[in-house]
Amino acid sequence: MKQIKLQLPYIASACPVLAAGDKVLLSGIIYTARDQAHKRLLDLIRRGEPMPFDLSQTALFYCGPSPAAPGQICGAVGPTTSYRMDSYVSAMLEAGLRVMIGKGNRNPDTEALIHQSGALYLIAIGGVSAVLSQHIVSCETFLWPELGAEAVYRMYIEELPCYVGVV
Amino acid sequence: MRLINPDAIHQTVISAINYITYHPDPELTPILERALQNEDQEIPRDVIRTILDNHRLSPEIRIPLCQDTGTTVVFAELGCAVQLEEPLEISISRAVAAAQRALPLRASMVSDPLFSRTNTLDNSPAIVHLKIVEGDRLKLIIGQKGGGAENMSFLRMFNPTVGMDELIDYIAQAVVAAGSRPCPPLILGIGIGGNFETAPLLAKRALFEPLGRAHPNPKYQDVERRILEKVNAEGCGVQGFGGKNTVLAVHILEAPCHIASLPLAVNVECHAHRHIELEVSRETD
Repeated sequence: MKQIKLQLPYIASACPVLAAGDKVLLSGIIYTARDQAHKRLLDLIRRGEPMPFDLSQTALFYCGPSPAAPGQICGAVGPTTSYRMDSYVSAMLEAGLRVMIGKGNRNPDTEALIHQSGALYLIAIGGVSAVLSQHIVSCETFLWPELGAEAVYRMYIEELPCYVGVV
Repeated sequence: MRLINPDAIHQTVISAINYITYHPDPELTPILERALQNEDQEIPRDVIRTILDNHRLSPEIRIPLCQDTGTTVVFAELGCAVQLEEPLEISISRAVAAAQRALPLRASMVSDPLFSRTNTLDNSPAIVHLKIVEGDRLKLIIGQKGGGAENMSFLRMFNPTVGMDELIDYIAQAVVAAGSRPCPPLILGIGIGGNFETAPLLAKRALFEPLGRAHPNPKYQDVERRILEKVNAEGCGVQGFGGKNTVLAVHILEAPCHIASLPLAVNVECHAHRHIELEVSRETD
């Protein structure tokens, strides 16, 4: 199976041509954000406040990790179901977002938006947290720790296995 | 009367969670190995191999099978000759909270569903279903149920004269419509009969039947088989990537119902299928 190594930030023009179903090994800095973090990010956008990190240089990982046990880099990581974040995609793309990682299909409107924006939706396998954890080099709570698993975590990932969902 | 103290229940729940967080249903690995044999598409094969790798790796490196360590669901069968010192739900939820801190599990429960959605921070409370049975034993069937698959579950009150084909089509279409969202390959627990509240309970309980078991009644067994084949023929496949393995097993449980009703509930379970049955030991009595 063909595997494409991809380094963030994602710049479509500087990247091999990708097609749905291609296997991608993704490296770089990413930030987790699931339902509640998306709600808060959207609030910031609506109030005209700056984003807490540069969306164009990174990827949003739809993920709520489990806590790390003592001595571990991270706990269990893995994608949550992406369609719940569909209604936020338009605003996130306008704010500069290029790459999303989650699981499952997006609704057709969201797929069209991602495609037209030159952005990338990557599908990670759900329910394989031990395997995915091997690709996390560092993990720290970045924002809104009171949200627990739904906080924004900053992760450095190395060759995280994903498949192209929408490009 | 036999007195069972809360510590005995605590130890049983902790050891159950300690096991299922890192070990799926023991039948799941061989079932997935067979699925890999019959799958000929490249991406689904790659995904199944990764899931099998995860089964091996999770207990070895003590990282949970899935980051969604779920709602703890317990079916308790309590002998009528047993006396407890405190409500069972309290003992079980306290053990869940202790396991959350010790392992640790992801805290995935919020106290208020609609307004504050404040996280309870210890994955409590557990959801406990109690049945009083003969004898002096306490048996606990303990599972971890992820949210993504639970969201795709459904209930419908059918007319009692509905045709079998219509019933099977309805289930298959709903599962196919869920697509990749519930994290296939799936296990379907189906409750037929009872009423509005018991059909979903049967569906949940059916998930915890031995994986891939055939219904003892050949007629129901045939319905299980038809649902499995119909869904798998639609080609959603592993994680929505196509192929033959959207559903790995279908378990039906049935119950008597009203002449006007035919309740049907389908509880959708992801491939991270985690449950165990334990008896609260006498040694700690």
